[in-house]
Amino acid sequence: MRGLKGGIAGRRTHRLRSDMSILARLKPRFWDHGDTGHEPYKHLFNFRRIWKLTVLLTAGVSLSPVISMAIFDYNVTRDAMESEIALRSSRLVSNCRRTVSFFLAERKAALDFIVHYQSFQKLSDPAALTELLEALQKAFSGFADLGVIDSSGRQRAYVGPFELVGKDYSGQEWFEEVLVRGIHISDVFLGYRQIPHLVIAVKHELPDGSFYVVRGTVDTKRFNDLLSELEVSGGGDAFIVNHQGTIQTPTRWHGRVLEKMPLPVPDYSPETRVIQYKGMDGEPLVVGYAYIADTPFILMIVKHHEDLMQPWYKTRKELFAFLAASITVVLLVILGVATYLVNKLHDTDEKRMATLHHMEYSEKMASIGRLASGVAHEINNPLAIINEKAGLIHDMFMLKKEYAADEKLIRLVESVLSSVERCGAVTRRLLSFARHMDVETQPIKFKEVIEEVLGFLGKEAEYRGIKVNVEASDEIPIFKSDRGKLQQILLNLFNNAFAAMADGGRLDIRVYRRSAESVSVKVSDDGCGIREADLERIFEPFFSTKKKKGGTGLGLSITYGLVRELGGDMNVESKVGIGTTFTVTLPLEPKQKRSLKT
Amino acid sequence: MRVLLVDDEEELVSALAERLSLRGIDAAWASTGQDALTRAESQTFDIAVLDVKMPKMSGLEVKKKLQEKYPDMKFVFVTGHGSEDYFQAALSESGTAYYLVKPLHIETLIEKLNEALKE
Repeated sequence: MRGLKGGIAGRRTHRLRSDMSILARLKPRFWDHGDTGHEPYKHLFNFRRIWKLTVLLTAGVSLSPVISMAIFDYNVTRDAMESEIALRSSRLVSNCRRTVSFFLAERKAALDFIVHYQSFQKLSDPAALTELLEALQKAFSGFADLGVIDSSGRQRAYVGPFELVGKDYSGQEWFEEVLVRGIHISDVFLGYRQIPHLVIAVKHELPDGSFYVVRGTVDTKRFNDLLSELEVSGGGDAFIVNHQGTIQTPTRWHGRVLEKMPLPVPDYSPETRVIQYKGMDGEPLVVGYAYIADTPFILMIVKHHEDLMQPWYKTRKELFAFLAASITVVLLVILGVATYLVNKLHDTDEKRMATLHHMEYSEKMASIGRLASGVAHEINNPLAIINEKAGLIHDMFMLKKEYAADEKLIRLVESVLSSVERCGAVTRRLLSFARHMDVETQPIKFKEVIEEVLGFLGKEAEYRGIKVNVEASDEIPIFKSDRGKLQQILLNLFNNAFAAMADGGRLDIRVYRRSAESVSVKVSDDGCGIREADLERIFEPFFSTKKKKGGTGLGLSITYGLVRELGGDMNVESKVGIGTTFTVTLPLEPKQKRSLKT
Repeated sequence: MRVLLVDDEEELVSALAERLSLRGIDAAWASTGQDALTRAESQTFDIAVLDVKMPKMSGLEVKKKLQEKYPDMKFVFVTGHGSEDYFQAALSESGTAYYLVKPLHIETLIEKLNEALKE
């Protein structure tokens, strides 16, 4: 049930031009058929608009939830990832700070222990101090020297690589700090053998109110090892800076010890914090830091945001791929369904129009038939009388003595009789044409029908010098069909051929047995031919190349409809300038009627 | 051969009768079905030429009535009308193709009359 046009498309003998672009091939049937035709044969719908609206609406309704869900999911997972990163960094920094604090606290405690356990006198003894340093070095690695300073700031005893006995520290910043706070931990400096060291000093107050300070230098190697052993993910870097941003321990990417760190010093915070910085090359960094209490140190763990986000990028890629795939599938389905439905709508409407003008055509033909038969009948009776009267006159001249044979009068009356004969032929033809208007099927001699129809065009052919050649093999059996419809089909085809031909043209009509069940008639003219582009459309209703000359564009579509009604088929071959051949194939036995109305 | 011509066109049927008479055929005519039946009572006919379509009584009815009374009578139908119904009806009544369309060819008519009588 593809409708008139679909049926034709499937049976055309010519091919679509191969250079047609894919887009043109994909173009649905209805695309260019929005506004053809005139009332009442106008399409009821603007198919292109319906299609666009359907596609836009359904796409909008179905895609917006998908897209918003995707955006929502994107944000949620990204935020989760970010906070996960922050949490992990923060945990790492906390653990690390604890280790560093513990390292320093341990050494401070060692010095505390010494001052509590030993008296000032004992500590001032270089031999005892040496012994202590050795013990310290064994128990707590990293101690490089040990000194005892009295309350005036003078170094009373010292064991270590330098000669510092008697050195006066009073007024120095660190000494002032020890006096006030009871402890001092210095920044890192390059000490003995250019190895980074730091100094820890503790004050011990005696019961009499005086005090002294024990000062130890600690090699920061252990400290460094601690940090460098850390497995920091995301291309990370763990190091310590002082409050001025000077690097205290080796870094991977952020400069050498005692250089200025290329990042700003983070704001003070009593607990671990994670912030984001832009790195030197604009790359986003995740910085976790902690101020280590009672020391001038800030522990920094710097990671590359991009590296940390790698797993998220993978997820994101999957999300996008999924989204793209869903959108593609949804769009394809929508386009497919919309095109299918609008095509159906278009076909139905096309069918409605075809039915409409088929009905109008039948109506018109019936009226013409009635008119023709009425006229023919009315004329026929007086014609019969003229015939008999003239015949009688003729008879009298010929047969009765009293009228004798008057040559001139006989010729005159014979001329009247032959004119009557001609009129009679016309009325008989009209009557026979009208008579077959409403008949279903009856036995038909193809050649007879062709001659009957050609009778209408005989005069025109004569005037225009068109040669008509009928070739019908004797094998053509008498077959059953609708004589009236067959007459109309042939009349339309012959009329078309006549219209296409110049004066002096040639019309070939060939009837032959197509197969055991079918018979074909080929109507070939040597007229102007049909352009290839038009060939595809000539069976379409309202397609006409003669519109300006008064063509309705209905002739061939109706002819095609009639052929289909007879259970037959019709196709066309044409070459511009050479001619056109229409071939109509009809079944010998009428099949189940393939009516347009069903 | 005695022929009865029946047609509502008097002008036509009278001229036709005269033409047949000129050819030595004994032809009488009537212009209505009723007239034809009265004629047939007073005279014997071998064959009747009937116009299918006539007012009041159609050629087919006339044929039926005549056949009842004169079973040997033959019939030829003539019509000026192209209606399929009449065509089919006349064909089935006359049995064979003794059916002519106006205007008539006098020779064809005589030929058909002879054929019908030979049956």
